[in-house]
Amino acid sequence: MIHSLFLINASGDIFLEKHWKSVVSRSVCDYFFEAQERASEPENVPPVIPTPHHYLISVLRHRIYFVAVIQSEVPPLFVIEFLHRVVDTFQDYFGVCTEAAIKDNVVVVYELLEEMLDNGFPLATESNILKELIKPPTILRTMVNTITGSTNVGEQLPTGQLSVVPWRRTGVKYTNNEAYFDVVEEIDAIIDKSGSTITAEIQGVIDACVKLTGMPDLTLSFMNPRLLDDVSFHPCVRFKRWEAERILSFIPPDGNFRLLSYHVSSQNLVAIPVYVKHNITFREGSSQGRFDLTLGPKQTMGKSVEAVLVSSQLPRGVLNANLNPSQGTYTFDPVTKMLTWDVGKINPQKLPSLKGSMSLQAGASKPDENPTINIQLKIQQMAISGLKVNRLDMYGEKYKPFKGIKYMTKAGKFQVRT
Amino acid sequence: MQEWANQLCENRQFGSKMTDSKYFTTTKKGEIFELKAELNSDKKEKKKEAVKKVIASMTVGKDVSALFPDVVNCMQTDNLELKKLVYLYLMNYAKSQPDMAIMAVNTFVKDCEDLNPLIRALAVRTMGCIRVDKITEYLCEPLRKCLKDEDPYVRKTAAVCVAKLHDINAQLVEDQGFLDTLKDLISDSNPMVVANAVAALSEIAESHPNSNLLDLNPQTINKLLTALNECTEWGQIFILDCLANYTPRDDRESQSICERVTPRLSHANSAVVLSAVKVLMKFMEMLPKDLDYYGTLLKKLAPPLVTLLSAEPELQYVALRNINLIVQRRPEILKHEMKVFFVKYNDPIYVKLEKLDIMIRLASQANIAQVLAELKEYATEVDVDFVRKAVRAIGRCAIKVEQSAERCVSTLLDLIQTKVNYVVQEAIVVIKDIFRKYPNKYESVIATLCEHLESLDEPEARAAMIWIVGEYAERIDNADELLESFLEGFHDESTQVQLQLLTAIVKLFLKKPTETQELVQQVLSLATQDSDNPDLRDRGYIYWRLLSTDPVAAKEVVLAEKPLISEETDLIEPTLLEELICHIGTLASVYHKPPSAFVEGSRGVQHKRLAGSAGSGESVESPDTGSAAGVSEAPPAVIPSQGDLLGDLLNLDLTPPTATGPPPAAAPGMQLGAMDLLGGGLDSLMGDESEPLGGDIGGSPAMGAGFGAPPAAMPASFNAPVSGGLDDLFDLGGGVGMTMGSYTPPKTVWLPAMKAKGLEISGVFVRRSGVIQMEMTLSNKAMSVMSDFAIQFNRNSFGLAPAGPLQILTPLSPNQTIEAALPLSTVGPVMKMEPLNNLQVAVKNNIDVFYFSCQYPISMLFLEDGKMERQVFLATWKDIPNENESQFQIKDCHLNSDAASNKLQGSNIFTIAKRTVEGQDMLYQSMKLTNGIWVLAELRVQAGNPNYTISLKCRAPEVSQCVFQNYEAVLKN
Repeated sequence: MIHSLFLINASGDIFLEKHWKSVVSRSVCDYFFEAQERASEPENVPPVIPTPHHYLISVLRHRIYFVAVIQSEVPPLFVIEFLHRVVDTFQDYFGVCTEAAIKDNVVVVYELLEEMLDNGFPLATESNILKELIKPPTILRTMVNTITGSTNVGEQLPTGQLSVVPWRRTGVKYTNNEAYFDVVEEIDAIIDKSGSTITAEIQGVIDACVKLTGMPDLTLSFMNPRLLDDVSFHPCVRFKRWEAERILSFIPPDGNFRLLSYHVSSQNLVAIPVYVKHNITFREGSSQGRFDLTLGPKQTMGKSVEAVLVSSQLPRGVLNANLNPSQGTYTFDPVTKMLTWDVGKINPQKLPSLKGSMSLQAGASKPDENPTINIQLKIQQMAISGLKVNRLDMYGEKYKPFKGIKYMTKAGKFQVRT
Repeated sequence: MQEWANQLCENRQFGSKMTDSKYFTTTKKGEIFELKAELNSDKKEKKKEAVKKVIASMTVGKDVSALFPDVVNCMQTDNLELKKLVYLYLMNYAKSQPDMAIMAVNTFVKDCEDLNPLIRALAVRTMGCIRVDKITEYLCEPLRKCLKDEDPYVRKTAAVCVAKLHDINAQLVEDQGFLDTLKDLISDSNPMVVANAVAALSEIAESHPNSNLLDLNPQTINKLLTALNECTEWGQIFILDCLANYTPRDDRESQSICERVTPRLSHANSAVVLSAVKVLMKFMEMLPKDLDYYGTLLKKLAPPLVTLLSAEPELQYVALRNINLIVQRRPEILKHEMKVFFVKYNDPIYVKLEKLDIMIRLASQANIAQVLAELKEYATEVDVDFVRKAVRAIGRCAIKVEQSAERCVSTLLDLIQTKVNYVVQEAIVVIKDIFRKYPNKYESVIATLCEHLESLDEPEARAAMIWIVGEYAERIDNADELLESFLEGFHDESTQVQLQLLTAIVKLFLKKPTETQELVQQVLSLATQDSDNPDLRDRGYIYWRLLSTDPVAAKEVVLAEKPLISEETDLIEPTLLEELICHIGTLASVYHKPPSAFVEGSRGVQHKRLAGSAGSGESVESPDTGSAAGVSEAPPAVIPSQGDLLGDLLNLDLTPPTATGPPPAAAPGMQLGAMDLLGGGLDSLMGDESEPLGGDIGGSPAMGAGFGAPPAAMPASFNAPVSGGLDDLFDLGGGVGMTMGSYTPPKTVWLPAMKAKGLEISGVFVRRSGVIQMEMTLSNKAMSVMSDFAIQFNRNSFGLAPAGPLQILTPLSPNQTIEAALPLSTVGPVMKMEPLNNLQVAVKNNIDVFYFSCQYPISMLFLEDGKMERQVFLATWKDIPNENESQFQIKDCHLNSDAASNKLQGSNIFTIAKRTVEGQDMLYQSMKLTNGIWVLAELRVQAGNPNYTISLKCRAPEVSQCVFQNYEAVLKN
């Protein structure tokens, strides 16, 4: 099972270590540093690294490497999933998962890690249970603790851990009972030069924030559940009911959780919300290149496209870009060759464009590679797959909760080739 | 000595980053002092803050062990947080302060009786983490109680504690009967307890490969399946991995398990999904293919696999490595999902390369146009490694999908026109392979290729280009000029290019003898006289002699029609693939290596195979499954009746020593031997030639098949270059020296009387005064007299062969037993065996010929002069690449390091240096095999710990396993 954990920051310093079995020397991380040096980009460090006596399994999140050390055969996905869970927990507890936050709360971090694994076996990884065991630090609580001498470690056996609904703590009480659901969809797409779609798929999630008293039993139904043929559920969802009736029936955890994630693959029609007209050319023999980019809305069902951000890695030979945006601002980093254009909202009447010239190194030959254009965007109040929630009902409790559903579409890995 | 060993140690841990002082900067004296005062403060609050500070220092790696007694004093408190913090501290430092840790025992025992189950669980959990022998004794009683606690939270914590205790003291756990209690917990009413019991048992079972710890039967399976639905995600992983080890009785049971596992495919935790995929992939084999459910299941597998690819890149990587296995085994699952493997330009490189690999595996006539368009796109990306692989992929598509070959070739030509140096070179390498697959079809492009001759600077591309010129010399007008231009810098070329150039010029000569006589003379003399590379020289001489004695034969050999190269390359060998499918989701599946390559020490591995379908309908698609299921794993004492092996042995010359005249079998045997020699010669000639051509599309085994008798059994690993290298090493001469009393194991029965018409042979291998002897006891258990004994060995890894005839001159009467010692030499013919130290023997008497196989201890082959110079050792250790290092554990060995060293010396394992670090003795040892292979070892012995760790380094890592077994045998006797 998981032997040890090392946290390493971007500059290669180990700033925290935790051992669940015997102590493994820090020198084992040298194999990681070697791999890190070999990798051209921070994210190119291979996730599984063999060393003579151990295996190092790492994830990179928030610019921190979480490196787990294992000694025997352990499923790597098990380790990676666990590491992601550690990151999520830190974020949940400290608001952000940064080196500074971890260092400030080092004792809580240590207590958390101790509760999350026992001898390498996962123990309590549900945020509900952890929060019962170890109270998250808040300014108020720290002050109260220092005055009264009380602690942020729970005194009680975490009740939820043994019930049939281990994800929910018991005795939850709210004055305002509310249940909010966010349907968030990300479009991953590759668009080729001519503007036709090579692949397009939608990664969707339904995140929930449920603050309901007692033991509510919820059902959520959809207008078009047939869209969801590839889904992953939170453990609270009753799978049989979904199989039979296509209704989500569950006793929710308390607080924030991801109810469902789904995947609408390319076989179904995936709407592409924007189009890009581009003309990026270099002439042989001249040290100038032309850059011309126009964006326009495509299939948006009448909703406006906001927070558009265009970025592109220009060829290495490009020295500088002298461009003129019709709206928004652009930056070009001459070191990384990264061009970023913060467009903002697309106005269908006046399409945003970015035009101008690029200067190349004098005498350099025409660059071989074609830059890829990366697009980020947001569309409010719409799930691009067309998924719609029909109704939400609550059983088991008497009060009337506030209910709310929000839809949002974002671009995930949305790439346009030129 | 000490200094030398230190140096070695530093070398092992490369780099100057290594000094621990950088991390463990000792705290300033004042700080420790201050903390000490605070810890002993009367104020609770101050105490707690002080413990917190200590923990914080500990987490960043500062040494605060000096505060041990003061921290332990804070343990008796009602404050839960303070208690937890002290426990944290204890776990970290108890090992270094065992006597102090005893002080804490009473509190633990008391806490195990606490009213609050949280405290009971916490106490038993912490006690298990204190890895101090003295404490473990006190742990047994509290643990026993906790295993039967009324609260499931305590029970599940106690279950894990058994695994912890087992890690510290396995014997204790067995003696105390904890394993049985743990097995009972599988039937616990609480799913969490069941999951933890399974997890603990699985971990313990890893170190007891043959114990029946997880005795899976339909009842337990049912309990596990019930718990599966209700336990935590992590528990589900343990249970699924455990289920995967079960072999259902029939297809109906298979199906019902599959049905109950399928819902796990929708779990949010990807590890659960992949473990479920493993169970399904394995149990699917048992389902009849015509069953409706089989098709349904296949359809259900695709979406979760696709979903894994939308997760974080690290998850994607592991998923992709596993999908690579799945598409090889069952391509139908993902054949419509090609697009999800298309590469995004900001994927990490490790994801890109894996996606590319899978794209080629899924390429078919239906999707080839799309795939090619993508690959062409990738070939213009920035990352050089990725671009190269993309270009190669285009070539592989051409070879795989015949209809697309033309498009592929034109795509490659387009890419060559880009004139990007590495693209051109890769393109030429793959075009050569395309020529091999489709001869006489695309030669029109040769002219274009020749234009780029100048820009080729990589050996592989140069060799490929030279091969093309040689192969199509008759169509290239200035072939001689082109080749001549390469010849100018002959000595600066790599061996690959030199060999290729030699062959190409000989081809050219055979095609256009009149104009190129001078050129061929030149290259032959360069190869035979001016080169010190034996391969090149030998090939040069063979061509020379062929050309001078019989040009017609030369033409037949050199310009022979080449077999087409195979379609799909780098497929994983079917048996390995089956084993890996059973290990989906593990490290083995990520590295595509058998799990045995990952298991440390004596932990044995059970090879897993997919079970064939019990019902009808197993199609031709997987012919291997049915037979594989029946083959037993352990090498049997009698040679398995694999036709080829037997055939080889039958042809051995069994001339008895008595003058009764050769038996009739001898003559054909000789003849065959002679033929084999010739065949082998040609074989190696052709083999050599095809090797550079092969590139990653190696055709050499197939080439061999065309000529005479190929070696009877190919080495089990298809890793041609490695085994080639090994053979080279094996050919090195042996040597003889002096020896001291070495350990001799007792005789074992090699050939039972039942299998040999009453002849029983038991024996043992010994090395006496530098001579290897096979000491045998032959017993006649039949009713008639036996006579005319003779013995012969099959070719084996180290060339063991009888140095003389078997001396049994008197006939053996019924019930008589005779001792015979047969001296052995190590100059016999060499063939790699599996396992390496396997020896196949044929014994003949007047009744019949009998075959058996036995394994000799590798120490037989350790030479008396195997003591390496220290400096040489140091340099060699550094020089041998790390991947050649293997580590093992020797358990339950109660010798101290000096005794071990003496004992090993008796087997010609020489200790060169000894070094002591933190109570651990490190012995550096060397040994030398008769064929000149050196094995270097580092043996770690810790006082009081019966488990030794041994690391072996050797240029031929295949021998490591044997050497380890030998260590174990010697040390334990």
